[in-house]
Amino acid sequence: MGNLGIIFKRELLSYFATPLAYIFIVIFLIANGIFTFDMGGLYLRGQADLAPFFGFHPWLYLFMVPAIGMSLWADERKTGTIELLLTLPVRLADAVIAKFLAAWALTGIALLLTFPIWITVNYLGDPDNGVIIAAYIGSWLMAGGFLAIASCMSACTKNSVIAFILTVSICFLFVIMGSPILLEAFPGWFPQFLVDAFSAMGFLTHFDSIAKGVLDIRDFMFFTVFIAAWLFASAIVIEIKKAN
Amino acid sequence: MALFSGSLRLERENIRESARTSERRAERRAEKQAKREAKEMIEIRNLSKKFDQFTAVDDLSFEIKEGEVLGFLGPNGAGKSTTMKLITGFLSPSAGTVTIDQHDISSDPIRAKELMGYLPEGAPSYGDMSTLEFLNFIGRIRGFSGSELEQRVNHVIREVELQAVANQTIETLSKGFNRRVGLAQAIIHDPKVLVLDEPTDGLDPNQKHHVRELIKNLAQDKIVIISTHILEEVTAVCSRAIIIAEGRIVADGTPADLESQSKYHQAISVKLTEAYDLEADLSSLANVSGVEKDEEDELRFRILANDGKSIFTQVSEVAQQKHWPITEFHVSRGQLEDVFRTVTQEVGGAG
Repeated sequence: MGNLGIIFKRELLSYFATPLAYIFIVIFLIANGIFTFDMGGLYLRGQADLAPFFGFHPWLYLFMVPAIGMSLWADERKTGTIELLLTLPVRLADAVIAKFLAAWALTGIALLLTFPIWITVNYLGDPDNGVIIAAYIGSWLMAGGFLAIASCMSACTKNSVIAFILTVSICFLFVIMGSPILLEAFPGWFPQFLVDAFSAMGFLTHFDSIAKGVLDIRDFMFFTVFIAAWLFASAIVIEIKKAN
Repeated sequence: MALFSGSLRLERENIRESARTSERRAERRAEKQAKREAKEMIEIRNLSKKFDQFTAVDDLSFEIKEGEVLGFLGPNGAGKSTTMKLITGFLSPSAGTVTIDQHDISSDPIRAKELMGYLPEGAPSYGDMSTLEFLNFIGRIRGFSGSELEQRVNHVIREVELQAVANQTIETLSKGFNRRVGLAQAIIHDPKVLVLDEPTDGLDPNQKHHVRELIKNLAQDKIVIISTHILEEVTAVCSRAIIIAEGRIVADGTPADLESQSKYHQAISVKLTEAYDLEADLSSLANVSGVEKDEEDELRFRILANDGKSIFTQVSEVAQQKHWPITEFHVSRGQLEDVFRTVTQEVGGAG
């Protein structure tokens, strides 16, 4: 096992060593239940699909994911363990990726534990399971995007609450970027390609198409590149910030 | 044709053979050179670190040889911790280089870091892990696994006496145990270079003694760098001391060397029973530079020596001849504290 794997394991286990992982998973599941059945009206729609379930995910992630990611680096700096970690024979890139992957794995576990909803739909009707799997993958990728932002914001500060607020704000921006309300707000003279570029950065644009079962490589690429870019930024910020 | 190709082959063999011998020779030369240079395990050249406008470390250069225990002294804010962080590769220097056994910490950080064990200031560790889990984690990162890992972890637990808290969560440990966990992780891979930032800070006298004994035992075949502001620690464990102030070296030598720089080195301390004019009797002695009255005790005096020369015999002769009214008479050694204050304040005054 390389250093990346060793750090990944340590990080993931540390989520479960404190109540954090359990609280996160339980609240994630409860919130999903409420959103899907009560507010989403899964039963009332008369359709056997999980559209209401996935439709709420961007808004659920907006608060849940920053809560996990806020301490990624802020706590390391606050307790001084960053000095320990980065003077071990470990590459900074490995540390950044390992910590991110551990948090991402936690959101993955929480997401997998929503399987009773999937069983329910299969029991009640005959949904397109291919679309559901695609949507699960899309949802997890989106969570990764949120987490990568959180990683970078967490690297910016010693204070995890500040990291939380910054992350939520930036994530919110990326969620609404592709929404029609925002796009219509652009004045007519604004160059169309800029509006398009702006809209292309929005999470919803990409998530919606994956959630509908349209497996476009460009949507996958968007999230992959997005995560890589924010993790790269995290490493740069850590390098700059560790001096003070 | 066959003959021709045969001689050709022979020739090729010859060339190869001579290439091999010259290779071997070069290897031997490199080995010899490596041996010679291995003595200087750590080389620090023109090391500087600037934070915005503030210069924390200013053009430091020194070498550390194998077997040395270097005490790194300085007032708070002198750049001790920053230097430690530069040596261990946590911070990158603004200028200059640090090489650990020929590995540059900036260009070859992983190899250099493998050779070092580091106890950062405050001994940070992951509070949510147990002592055992934490040491296993560090051991794995250091490249151990299986029975070797188990053996290493057990060894350090015994060495720094952590048996009682092996399964306890680190955040519940006392300060002393916490520090020892930090020390354990630093020595788990038996590093060639051990860097300890205030290793005994916050320990009780027994624990301090224990840690110092440990450092002395470890020091035999490696380099130990200790940053501290406890001067007795330097006298107790270090073979060399460097005092820095405002990021620059102001003194460098063995603790005994530094002590001899004190103006109280070789001074004679006397206690009188009644007032007496010592200076009048001593004015004829060339090696006596003056007499100083103790601040707290009116009848206690210190007779200072010129340039640390021994004045004991001369002064005791005078004392006998003139029948000084004395109850105490002894030679005092220079105190590191005096030297420390003198050299660090000189810089402070100039700046």
